Amino acid sequence: MRYVDEFRDPELITKASDEIHRLADTGKHYRIMEVCGGHTHAIYRFGLKDVLPSNIELIHGPGCPVCVLPMGRIDDGLAVARNADVIFTAFGDMMRVPGAHGSPLEHKARGTDVRIVYSPADALQIARKNPDKHVMFFAIGFETTAPSTALTLMRAKAEGIENFSIFCNHVTIVPAIRAILDSPDMRLDAFIGPGHVSTVIGCRPYEWIARNEGKPVVTSGFEPLDLLQSIVMLLRQLHAGEARVENQYKRVVPWEGNRAALKAMAEVFQLRPYFEWRGLGFISQSALKIRDEYAKWDAEQRFPIPNTRVTDPKAAQCGEVLKGVLKPAQCKLFGKECTPEHPIGALMVSSEGSCAAYYNYEHRKAAAMVTSISSVA
Amino acid sequence: MTESVAPIVRFRDPQIEMAHGAGGKASRRLVEGLFAPLLYENPGGLLGDAARVKIDGASVAITTDSFVVKPLKFPGGSIGELAVNGTMNDLAVSGARGQAMVVTFVLEEGLPTSVLEEEIRAMSAALRRAGVAMVGGDTKVVERGKADGMYITTTGIGSIMPQVNIDTQSIRPGDKILLSGPIGDHGITILLARGELDLEADLSSDTRCVLPLIEAIAEEAGPGIRWMRDPTRGGVATSLNELARDCRLGIVLSEEKIPMRDEVRGACELLGLDPLHIANEGQFLAVVAPEYADAALNALHQTEGGEDALIIGDVQTEPACAVLVTTRYGGSRIVDMLVGDPLPRIC
Repeated sequence: MRYVDEFRDPELITKASDEIHRLADTGKHYRIMEVCGGHTHAIYRFGLKDVLPSNIELIHGPGCPVCVLPMGRIDDGLAVARNADVIFTAFGDMMRVPGAHGSPLEHKARGTDVRIVYSPADALQIARKNPDKHVMFFAIGFETTAPSTALTLMRAKAEGIENFSIFCNHVTIVPAIRAILDSPDMRLDAFIGPGHVSTVIGCRPYEWIARNEGKPVVTSGFEPLDLLQSIVMLLRQLHAGEARVENQYKRVVPWEGNRAALKAMAEVFQLRPYFEWRGLGFISQSALKIRDEYAKWDAEQRFPIPNTRVTDPKAAQCGEVLKGVLKPAQCKLFGKECTPEHPIGALMVSSEGSCAAYYNYEHRKAAAMVTSISSVA
Repeated sequence: MTESVAPIVRFRDPQIEMAHGAGGKASRRLVEGLFAPLLYENPGGLLGDAARVKIDGASVAITTDSFVVKPLKFPGGSIGELAVNGTMNDLAVSGARGQAMVVTFVLEEGLPTSVLEEEIRAMSAALRRAGVAMVGGDTKVVERGKADGMYITTTGIGSIMPQVNIDTQSIRPGDKILLSGPIGDHGITILLARGELDLEADLSSDTRCVLPLIEAIAEEAGPGIRWMRDPTRGGVATSLNELARDCRLGIVLSEEKIPMRDEVRGACELLGLDPLHIANEGQFLAVVAPEYADAALNALHQTEGGEDALIIGDVQTEPACAVLVTTRYGGSRIVDMLVGDPLPRIC
């Protein structure tokens, strides 16, 4: 398969891994944050930790949109969905995310019309086919998915489709990185920059991280070789005492981003003064709201919204895990009360959430090793 | 004293959701936590594909399966054909040769007769190919909007192949994991046939009766066969996780050996699905003692439809009760049972 096989080539991967072992100074400990949840998933799925030296620690960042969404937003969205004649649509990732009164799937089982779509355009199509119903799309995601929401709204406006609205939870990545860097308990050496987000916003928005914070950033692809190459590039910068933004994912990410996508976003969205992030708290200018010109399609303006605030269960340490202060398995609930099947924290729901990724791919491996060590002893 | 102990019901989920029918963790919880303690005579080993019963000293295998696939027809097959093959395969992987079948139809008011007739013809052809007789049935009709056209339940009874003795307790480290052919065709075909994704691929369901393949390995390697399963809902990963838990050993697979078509791989990459979780309707997995592995493979390779069979991994002591996949460049990951339900109503 083109663009996949060559980035999983065992020979090239071994070479990159050897280079990392050569570059990593054994006297040092490297803390590298992969910002994007897609990277977290890939790191576990391909077992990349097994080919990295033990002094390179990968810290999982805030780039999983499902994970950073406060629980109250799900309850608010589902409150709209409970109106008769409303069809609630969302990406599959959202379906098992628990609100205080159950997940979208649990609502479906109780009779709410909940449907999985693969794009907001599919939700608009449902609206065209069901003129006597109101179709609401529960939009989540960083700049990766925001342009498709924007284009769908522009389409709805152009066609005059009025039985359609967006419940907008789009967030932006840069303020989240800033919040992480501002956090006093964080000590990071470098960043693996998000891949998909950067296809839209390009690499320029990360320049302050290198310039002001002195941390190297390498925008990376999602295949094993991409990630290892990015780590090589970061180590080279750290070695040379440099801090620059580099683009490893050139085959997809243009340095300047995607102008058409940015234009569509600017047409439809404006920044919210502040927005709550699960685990990180309120971050100013970190999320998008729908402009007044599109108010007719804004579910928050069309329907009464309860503005639910739900505090996370005290024992769940999602915030610490999200900021990389704790490893998933160090949370008190991990693997006990909180599992992918019965998630308590959102990091356990999405396959891009670090807890779910760790649980699915790693933790029983770790548990098995502990057993085998203790059985030897 | 024959005072009976109250059965322990452990199923605590407040309502039934699609995941309870997906064949993964939730299904297992429902069966083990609610059905087994209250319904089943012999709860041990009840998660096999068919039960064995003794009637007047003679052992037979019996199994039942319902089919609710949406859409009714898809490339490579349809609900009628699936209903025959699925039940025959459950018997076959339990080491039994299907001898007779009964069927229940739940039909939706308004179903065009032409659609029904087509499915009955598909069933008839599948019965002929499988060499099994339909000996009875029942029909119910429900109101429009209640049954997506039709649901079919088939129940099969089979004679036990004397040379095969399936017992997870006989599994040892070093045993080989055999797979009959490429995975994921059925699940991905159904997903694409629904037309909800603007994806197209030249792919068809692998639905078929695997009895001839199983008869071939039973003949050549019967005493070496320790376990068999057709990895339908929940895919290869779910079947092997159940096995790992039952025998308390580790299953270690080599990722590069797991065969799949490029179309399946591509669709899974695009949609973020793990091919090991995708359903199959014409493949089976077997655990074979190492000294019988070559004989089993040869037997399959010489049987029509078994040409692609191969060994994909083996049984090891660690990681106990789990499935580990090793990648080509020395990485490894645990593959769990299916959680949730990526593709509802696939069979």
